[in-house]
Order: sequence, then C-alpha cells, then structure tokens
Amino acid sequence: MELMEHLSLGFSVAFTPENLLYALLGCILGTLVGVLPGLGPVPTIAMLLPITYVLPPVAGLIMLAGIYYGTQYGGSTTAILVNLPGETSAVVTVLDGHQMARNGRAGAALSLAAIGSFFAGCVATLLIAAFAPPLSEIAFKFGPAEYFSLMTLGLIGAVVLASGSLPKAICMILLGLLLGMVGTDVNSGVARYDFGIPELQDGIDFAIVAMGVFGFAEILSNLEQKENRVELEDKIGSLYPNKKEFREAAPAIVRGTALGSILGILPGGGSVLSAFASYTLEKKLSKEPERFGKGHPAGLAGPESANNAGAQASFIPLLTLGIPGNAVMALMVGAMTIHNIQPGPQVMTSHPELFWGLIASMWIGNLMLVVLNLPLIGVWVKLLKVPYRILFPAILVFCTIGVYSLNYNTFDIYTTAIFGVIGYFWAKLKCEGAPLLLGLVLGPMMEENFRRALLLSRGDFFTFVERPLSASLLAAAAVLVVLVALPSIRKKRQETFVEED
Amino acid sequence: MQLKNKQDFWSGVMFTLIGLGFAYGATQYSMGTSARMGPGYFPFWLGICLAILGAVVALGAMSPKATETTIDKFDFKILFIIIGSVILFGVLLRPLGLYVSLFLLVVGSSLASHEFSWRVALLNAIFLVVFCWLAFIKGLGLIFPLWPSFLGMN
Repeated sequence: MELMEHLSLGFSVAFTPENLLYALLGCILGTLVGVLPGLGPVPTIAMLLPITYVLPPVAGLIMLAGIYYGTQYGGSTTAILVNLPGETSAVVTVLDGHQMARNGRAGAALSLAAIGSFFAGCVATLLIAAFAPPLSEIAFKFGPAEYFSLMTLGLIGAVVLASGSLPKAICMILLGLLLGMVGTDVNSGVARYDFGIPELQDGIDFAIVAMGVFGFAEILSNLEQKENRVELEDKIGSLYPNKKEFREAAPAIVRGTALGSILGILPGGGSVLSAFASYTLEKKLSKEPERFGKGHPAGLAGPESANNAGAQASFIPLLTLGIPGNAVMALMVGAMTIHNIQPGPQVMTSHPELFWGLIASMWIGNLMLVVLNLPLIGVWVKLLKVPYRILFPAILVFCTIGVYSLNYNTFDIYTTAIFGVIGYFWAKLKCEGAPLLLGLVLGPMMEENFRRALLLSRGDFFTFVERPLSASLLAAAAVLVVLVALPSIRKKRQETFVEED
Repeated sequence: MQLKNKQDFWSGVMFTLIGLGFAYGATQYSMGTSARMGPGYFPFWLGICLAILGAVVALGAMSPKATETTIDKFDFKILFIIIGSVILFGVLLRPLGLYVSLFLLVVGSSLASHEFSWRVALLNAIFLVVFCWLAFIKGLGLIFPLWPSFLGMN
C-alpha cells in the first residue's frame, strides 16, 4: 500500500516534538483569531509570515495550516455564543447555532460543531492523501497554455463564488495582476513601475499589501463604527448533545463533509460556499424545514462540517497544481516561496517529507482542536470581553513589526501604511481586497506562462483554445461567468450573500 | 442626470484611471511582438482591460436602473492618527530604537479610540513593549535597533 507508506512517512515527520508544538501553537493562535470578530486568517497569516522565515519549512507550513483551520473552529464559537460570525465561513453557523444557544443548548451546539468539523477534517485529510498523487500526475501534462487557463479559471472561480459585485471583483483581480508586475521583469531584467525606488525593484511583497488592506484598513473601519459591545450567552448548558440532536445532526455531518470536499477542490471554492450549499441542501432534504433558523441541529452541523471540509480540501489545488484557490492559500504560496519551494506537482517528489508531513499534521491539528476547544470554551468567552481599545494597538504593533522584519527595512512600513489608506478607501467603495491579493500572487506566474505559451506557439493566440485541456479549462471559466450573469442566478446569489454584509 | 450608484461610479473611475496609468507606464518599456513579448506587452493589455472594465462599471452606475448607494463619510481623524502613528514608528525606529518608538506607536494609536484613557493606553503600551521583547527579541531573535542611537548602546 503506497498510501500507507506515504502516510506513515507523514506521521513520522508530524510527530516530532517540534512539529507537534508548532501545530499546537498554530491551532491555538488560529482559534484565538477566529474567536475575535474582525480579525481573520488572512491578516493573521500575513502577520506571522515573517516569523516562519526563521522556522524550518515544514514547521512553518504546519503552523500556518493550523492557524487556517483553527480560525474555522474559533469562528463558529463566536457565531454560536454571540450571534456574530468571527469568520466569514461562520456566517451560516450563526443562523441555527445561535438559536440553539438561545434555547439553552449552547454547549451541545459547540460540541456538535466540533464533532462535525473533526469528522470533516478527518475525511478531507484522507481525501487529500488519496487524490493528490493522481492529480499531480495530470499536472505534469500541463504546458504553459494549460497553466495560464487554469489560473484564469481559478481567478474567475474566486470572484464568481465570492460576494459583492462581479465586475468590480474582476477589476480588483486585474489591479492585483498589475501590482504583481511591479518589479524586475524576469525575462528582460527591466525594472517596471519602480519610479526609481530601489526597494520597488524586488516587487511589492504580498504580505505588505495583505497587512495594509486587511489589517490596517480593518482597524480603521472597526474604529469608525465605535465599539459594539457584544452580549454574551452566559449559560452554556450541557456540553453533550442529547440523542435526538445527535441523530438529527449525524447525516447532516456526512452530507456536509461530502459537499465541502467536492466544492473545496474547485479552484476558488472553499469554506464559505460549502457552508451555504450545505445549509440549502439540509433545508431542502429536511422533513421539517420550518425548524431551520430556529435551532435545528442539522442546520448547524451540516454547514460546520462543510466549511471545515472545504477549508481542508482547498489545499488540494495548492499542493498538486500550485494554484492557490483563495487568499489564505495565496499566502501559503508565499510561505513556500520564502523557503525556495516552488508550489506545484513537483513538491510531492522533491519534498515528500514536507508534503506528507503537512497532510498528517492536518489530521493531528484537527484532533488537537477538538481536545483543546471543548475545555477551553470558557476561556474564549472571556477573551471576547477584551475591549477593542486594547486589542487594536496590539494588532497594529504586530503588523508593523511583522512588516519590518520582512526585509529589516523601514520602507516596507511606509508602503504598508499607504496600502492601509488605499484599503480604507476601497472599503468605502465596497471593493474587496481578497481578489486583489490572489491576482497579486498569480500575476508574475500568469505573465510567465502567457509569454511562454505564446513563444511556443509563435505568437498564435489560438493556442489557448486549440489545446483540448486548456480549452476545456477556459470553457469552464466562461460557463461560470455566464451562469453568474444570468438574472435568476444573480438574484439568488444576492440573497445568499445578503447576510454577509 | 443623476448618479445613483455612487460607490460603483467612483470605483469605476478609479479603475479606469489606474488602468490607463499602468498602460501609459507600459509604453515606456519595449512592447515586442506576441511571439517575443517585451516587458511592456502584458501590463499594457492588462491596463487596457482594467480601464475598459472600469468604464463599464462607471457607466453602469449611471444607468437609471442602478441600485442606489452612497459613500459613507470618511473619518479622516482616525485615518490620520492610525496611519500617522505607524509612519512615526517607521521614522523613529532608527534614531530612537524599538522600545521608545513602539511605546509611542501604542499610545499614539490608542488616541483614535473613542474610549481613550491615558491609564489604559500607558499600561497597554508597557505590556506590549515587554511582550515584544519576550516574543520577538528573546523568542525569535529578530534584530532591531533597541535603544536610542545617541546612547550608543546598540
């Protein structure tokens, strides 16, 4: 059994005390960030990126991955207890989760969410282990034209499934791609858009953009709204779901996991969409749809499992094709490149210990989260009471120090400040930052493959549609755009995302 | 004629201007042919695409059918305090060292909160300086100028 060999290699890497410690650290940090509303995984991972420079690559990635799924867990805690999604993927959890808490079943809701997430995490981890090798076989058949088309599909997928206005999101992607052009052109050595500033010749670091647009701008928007004091559900009740709740939740967990795993693999898919899809599915299948929104266990457990499975499965396109499906994965690309690892199909063969170690650590991380979260719920509840006036200077400090330690250069601090101002303006114009970040990371890769594809075809643009694999990827992207542009779906999409604003 | 969707209109204008700016910048570099692209080729066309799409967004916002949105007021005071204290940190880091500039960053940015109190801000600043010393300097071994340079202790 090759799979078993791989997994045992993975576990031997992940079970070293050092890596276990970093997984634990990542999970704790992730949960912490997830619990606090207004601080998401993207700025956190961006803040901590510089720190992973000093860690060995495996440990760094394990920690970042831990943060990512930790936030999924933490976000649901806030959603259930405070009726406030700590994380966008927890938006759906609020609907039935908080109602359960209102009914005095907060403890049961929290543990159902934890059990569902754990189950989903286990299944998705196995799925990655099983499907990554064959998928990366396919990836080796990819030429530059296919890569370009795949990235196009990924970018389109990311905006189509995201909330907000579609043309604006596409504009943000283009803008991100353009920002990715800043710096020295690899082919000709010409410094582009550097305005004669030597620091700009290396390009704009995405951590700087992420911290400015997500970190600083987020702080500015939050401060403006004054501090919304959150009302806490103090009664947590029994931690164990009763038989009836469990019976109602169990099939939803299985279905949610399946749905999340499938949607997560699609580039641009991921946890938010999976959670929405699962909620709709459960409501459709249920014999008593009227109980949804009033504390139905299936309406909590399904989306919770789905968002965790989706979060986990979105590692598949990253690890096999080197294409990040969402902003967090884009940051993971950055973390890999820092350590001179080019994400893509070759990672599995050139760095097997990293690849399988990361996968094994995902399972360990999920286990840690369950063990951690149930007893620590009381601590998280207290944490929610930390006032924002103490919290935001701390975030500011970590961002600033993180940015400085990228290159030990104060120029980076100023650039981040500028992006903070820009991000604040964008927030006012309701232009989203996530597509921009994806574009920024993919920009240089896309240009490189675009140029290579056209070099090979001697300047013939039809190469993208003549090669079958590339053509089908582009067709899929086109179908996505058309689907969203159709009026009936557009309406539905608006309804689905209404709660997010 | 009335501007209904102000958010979209101004975003569209911004995208168009930025797109044109990048496209103009790209003309400074060699364009090459599609088979042998120069450094200007890809950004030029990206910029053009962005400008066109931005114009579409802006025009769409002017249609009578557009949904009505307004742009929320900007709070320049908060913006100035937060961004100002970050820039101040950058300026002071070299001459005054990490401890002093970090302290000023925390106290300065705290002014932006509508619940500001000197006691909380000062305590928070002391706590964060100690925390950073423990986590970043002792723990991770990052290298900062620590003390004011005129003391000659670095």
